Amino acid sequence: MSAREEVLARIRSAVGPNPRAETVPRDYGRAAPHPAGSPALLELLTDRLEDYRATVHRTSGAGVADAVAAILTDRLGDRRTVLAAPGVAERVGITPDTGDLAPADLDRVDAVVTGCAVAIAETGTFVLDSSPVSGRRALTLVPDLHICIIDADQVVGSVPEAIARLDPARPLTFVSGPSATSDIELQRVEGVHGPRNLHVVLAADA
Amino acid sequence: MSDARGEHVLLGMPTIPHASTVGHLRGDEPFPDAARRELGKPQLRRNLGAATATIRAKRAQVVGEVDDWEHLREAGRAIKAATMARLDEHLERLEREVTARGGTVHWARDAAEANALVTDLVRHTGEREVVKVKSMATQEIGLNEALEQAGITAHETDLAELIVQLAEDKPSHILVPAIHRNRAEIRELFLRTIPDIDATLTDDPRQLAMAARRYLRERFLTARVAISGANFGVAETGTCSVVESEGNGRMCLTLPDTLITVMGIEKVVPTWADLEVFLQLLPRSSTGERMNPYTSTWSGVTPGDGPQDFHLVLLDNGRTAALADEIGRSALHCIRCSACLNVCPVYERTGGHAYGSVYPGPIGAILSPLLTGVEDNASLPYASSLCGACYDVCPVKIDIPSILVHLRAEHVDAQEQAHRVPTGESLLMRAAARAMSAAPRWVRAQAAARAGRLLGGRRGRISSLPFPLSGWTASRDLPVPPRETFRSWWLRERGSDDGRERS
Repeated sequence: MSAREEVLARIRSAVGPNPRAETVPRDYGRAAPHPAGSPALLELLTDRLEDYRATVHRTSGAGVADAVAAILTDRLGDRRTVLAAPGVAERVGITPDTGDLAPADLDRVDAVVTGCAVAIAETGTFVLDSSPVSGRRALTLVPDLHICIIDADQVVGSVPEAIARLDPARPLTFVSGPSATSDIELQRVEGVHGPRNLHVVLAADA
Repeated sequence: MSDARGEHVLLGMPTIPHASTVGHLRGDEPFPDAARRELGKPQLRRNLGAATATIRAKRAQVVGEVDDWEHLREAGRAIKAATMARLDEHLERLEREVTARGGTVHWARDAAEANALVTDLVRHTGEREVVKVKSMATQEIGLNEALEQAGITAHETDLAELIVQLAEDKPSHILVPAIHRNRAEIRELFLRTIPDIDATLTDDPRQLAMAARRYLRERFLTARVAISGANFGVAETGTCSVVESEGNGRMCLTLPDTLITVMGIEKVVPTWADLEVFLQLLPRSSTGERMNPYTSTWSGVTPGDGPQDFHLVLLDNGRTAALADEIGRSALHCIRCSACLNVCPVYERTGGHAYGSVYPGPIGAILSPLLTGVEDNASLPYASSLCGACYDVCPVKIDIPSILVHLRAEHVDAQEQAHRVPTGESLLMRAAARAMSAAPRWVRAQAAARAGRLLGGRRGRISSLPFPLSGWTASRDLPVPPRETFRSWWLRERGSDDGRERS
């Protein structure tokens, strides 16, 4: 008997012939009290992102490119290597990632600019989905400064609302603040292996 | 689908759920002996006391923010229970979906088989080094040691796991494996073990974390094979996930060519929507955060993004034996948050090493014996005061105290059967049952117990009883019996005006 057959047979023997699978109550908060992108959600998202040491820049849809340029100049000065996810490269006027840089090459990139698939206000999270707008996963992992553009209509209230919008067939990364560790005496240190600096450009038209 | 060892020798009946016999699920000594030794380490208790108090407060605050927390807990419990009832179907679905998306699924009956499978997969790549994401399953099966025997070096990349590995130590907490070490110890360790480290390193946690970053960076950028566990595996979409904080998980899951994921069979959940429950329950219960910094999910292989060679190893190693225990099976619902460790008065004093298993604390006290068989881990169900704090904080409502009592009863039954003649414990219990079942006998027994006052020490404690009761006091003090029992006090104070009182 193969390991597969044996493990499955053990399971059937363990649970017996007619196991009852109970119905799962879904009476937790799944409805959306605030529509996506409402001012209350943008406020909450900003507060929660800042609580976990991301820097938030509020701007209009037309102001995104200027906001990104200002962050780059402020953080890196004029001498810098910056890449953008292909889906936002034109919007911010930055060289698109072609997908052929090896990890060691990406390590020499100073900053990266991407969009995202959805953002969750309650938890201060945005989700990258490996689309042209989010970029491949390595792009937002190796460079030390990540600037993520979130458009207001991408901001939902809760985790269930975000899960419903996402496509699990794509590789997803839920990002909530810069990388962190609390492994030494449970004292939180921001910035370990992922980008140590996380900036969010939150774009909303009044 | 493949089977590591077609010639695998079967012991006993093939379809009977097997307890685990290999791996790091049992210590070298019983819990009371190990606990007594650990209690003699004041630094350990100070580190643990401070750390668990901090994390308890953080958890309480972020759980308090969630209005529907109890509804989420109930949903989490129900999803897990429903999954276990049809575990075979969900695993077959997971296998189909992962395979359809370009991954390869393997099955392992036990630790030895899983280790052989993973070793073969790494050998096949020609690599001699792998990077690892923190994973309880691979610790449980002793994968690093198995790889080392095959000449393959496994680099732990989680900061705490790195500390444990460099110190040739054992993890003592599910979430924060180096919780027993303070910053000064870690600084000293890094200076001693990390090559070319800056000698001016201080014990500031930020400096220590940055030293680890520099040390691991080169490994991440050049690694070709990674090994991970999985927090959840979604059957309907073939999606695996890793919940983490530091980004070492993302590095391992993204940069290498080959990814090997070892997942316990109980980690499967039926639907994508189930993650909306667990991604709320886990971070708040675990690190006390609204959401952990990084959660990665992936479904098989994605062209142009991440490893192009993905293997998922589904591990039994005693899980089907736990599943066969109708009362104990809910221990398999555990999502490894470690909230129960942080509230446990026993864990807080003894630390994780006393439990002997990679699963310490209240959940370990039930999970380890369920995986190995209770007679192989007989002292662990007693490593608890049954205070119930673990049940209250468990995000999937595992009734740990009831399972502890159930396993104690199983152990007593097994002892009785093994010895043919009743043990001292079962004789005592029978005598107690006889004394308590008739009022006059009970009064006489209480009068006899008052003689125990003669054994009392200065502070009203009896610390050693004569044989055969010495077994009881070997690890406990006993309060001296009161001068007067409640019943005799009642009779004296109220007996005259209460006609029902007779004795």
